[in-house]
Amino acid sequence: MATDARTEPRTIGPVAVPSADRFRPLLGLAVPAALVVGWHVVVATGVIPAYQLPTPLRVAETLYGMAASGELWDHVAITVQRVFLGAGLGIAVGTALGTVTGLSRTASDLLDPLFQSLKNIPSLAWVPLFLLWFGIGETAKVLLIAVGAFFPVYLNLSTGIAAVDEELLEVAEVYDLGRVESLRRVVFPAALPSLLVGIRGGVGLAWMFVVAAELIAASQGIGFLLSDGRTLARPDIIVGSILLFAFLGNCSDVAVREVRDRVVGR
Amino acid sequence: MSSDADADAAPPAGKAAAGSTGDPVLAVDGLRKRYDDTVALDGVDLAVADGEFVAVVGPSGCGKSTLLRVLSGLEPQFAGRVAVDGTDVRDGGSDDVGMVFQEPRLLDWADVRENVAVGLPAGVDPDAPAARERVDELIETVGLDGFAESRPDQLSGGMAQRVSLARGLAYDPSVLLLDEPFSALDRLTKADQQDHLLDVWEERGTTVVLVTHDVEEAVYLADRVVVLGGQPGSVEAVVDVDIDRPRERADPDLVELRRDVTDALGR
Repeated sequence: MATDARTEPRTIGPVAVPSADRFRPLLGLAVPAALVVGWHVVVATGVIPAYQLPTPLRVAETLYGMAASGELWDHVAITVQRVFLGAGLGIAVGTALGTVTGLSRTASDLLDPLFQSLKNIPSLAWVPLFLLWFGIGETAKVLLIAVGAFFPVYLNLSTGIAAVDEELLEVAEVYDLGRVESLRRVVFPAALPSLLVGIRGGVGLAWMFVVAAELIAASQGIGFLLSDGRTLARPDIIVGSILLFAFLGNCSDVAVREVRDRVVGR
Repeated sequence: MSSDADADAAPPAGKAAAGSTGDPVLAVDGLRKRYDDTVALDGVDLAVADGEFVAVVGPSGCGKSTLLRVLSGLEPQFAGRVAVDGTDVRDGGSDDVGMVFQEPRLLDWADVRENVAVGLPAGVDPDAPAARERVDELIETVGLDGFAESRPDQLSGGMAQRVSLARGLAYDPSVLLLDEPFSALDRLTKADQQDHLLDVWEERGTTVVLVTHDVEEAVYLADRVVVLGGQPGSVEAVVDVDIDRPRERADPDLVELRRDVTDALGR
């Protein structure tokens, strides 16, 4: 089953010899590490001036300083909170509408063309409208992020439900499972992998949209740090913020993948 | 037309085919089923008595599976009359009909126990102890004890087909339709499963309609073998199997009947 790969090496022999394969994931770190070294050399030797690109050490120092003073945590906390609320809202609405359009042909004919065209609007285009409607408070940002997270969830789930194997639906019909039971026991489990693909994409887009929201209208958050760094001509803050986004985005992706492997795991 | 002649020509007794005792559980009159421009079945008449075991044989493409799909209510578009216990299959008559499909059609994400439980009649809570016991019993009946927690992708094709058979038996319908349920099984397992099916049939008094391309299987299991043929398909011949059970597979009378069915198929 799902744990086979992990349990197998244990049964190979009494002496646990760490096989070379265990270090394979570390290979993925080799290239980034080389890049950091290269980055340091390029800046230290003056090929790129330090006011445009700080050394890696300088970035680390800046982040450490902000972390020590507590300032960094406020920014990280508010950004994570926005992503969490926005993605949660987008996923909830996307799940609801994706289910309705996946199940009902009429609902799909009514709503799907609209969503298909709305999904092509670039994230930044929504910002002025949302600011106008909801002001510069949290509501505008959370809703903007929700819009980003909504589309992948909606699109994947709607297609996933509509694509459930006809043969299995016939089984549900022959055995008189009824509407509710056939949804619970056949349709939803069959569409679950599609939903999880959608959620993974939705969380990814939530990070994109939080940057859009914070760059333009925020006084806190990692996106605000980015634009603040530019105003203050502090490339170390800019690069540090980018790295923070990379780190947090990766963490959320790993978390979603972990959930997926547990739920779908076979 | 010629089908009557064939029915009469069948050696044992040569009686008329229609269900002889009481009202038929399953009544098919003048069934005509069309897919777009292709007529799959035309003028099919069939009456199956309560508790009868009928096998339907015929060359591939003669509409055997289509007939089962109509009987199970999966094909509501047809002309003629198809009723179960006097209720049209389109008006809920198909609720009393269970079907084992030609393919296993299992839920990949669910284990064997859960898959079999899908067949439990509506209103039975699959988590109730009695229901669980029944499901485990059926899993044992089809020879899969020890595999209750396995997923379909861990089973061989024949094992998956037996799960699907257990699911059909769990439904405990008044009419059980089987579409070549044993075709993926090896010889020994096949013989075992055929005997299990006979046991269940005798014990539960279920009416069974079995579609198969295996003449030996049809003659061994059924009270009556219906030969379907032609394009569009219709009943070409009906062969009665008046041999007491338990039957010997090598019984000369059975071998004789097998030849009759094969002859009817061969025209």
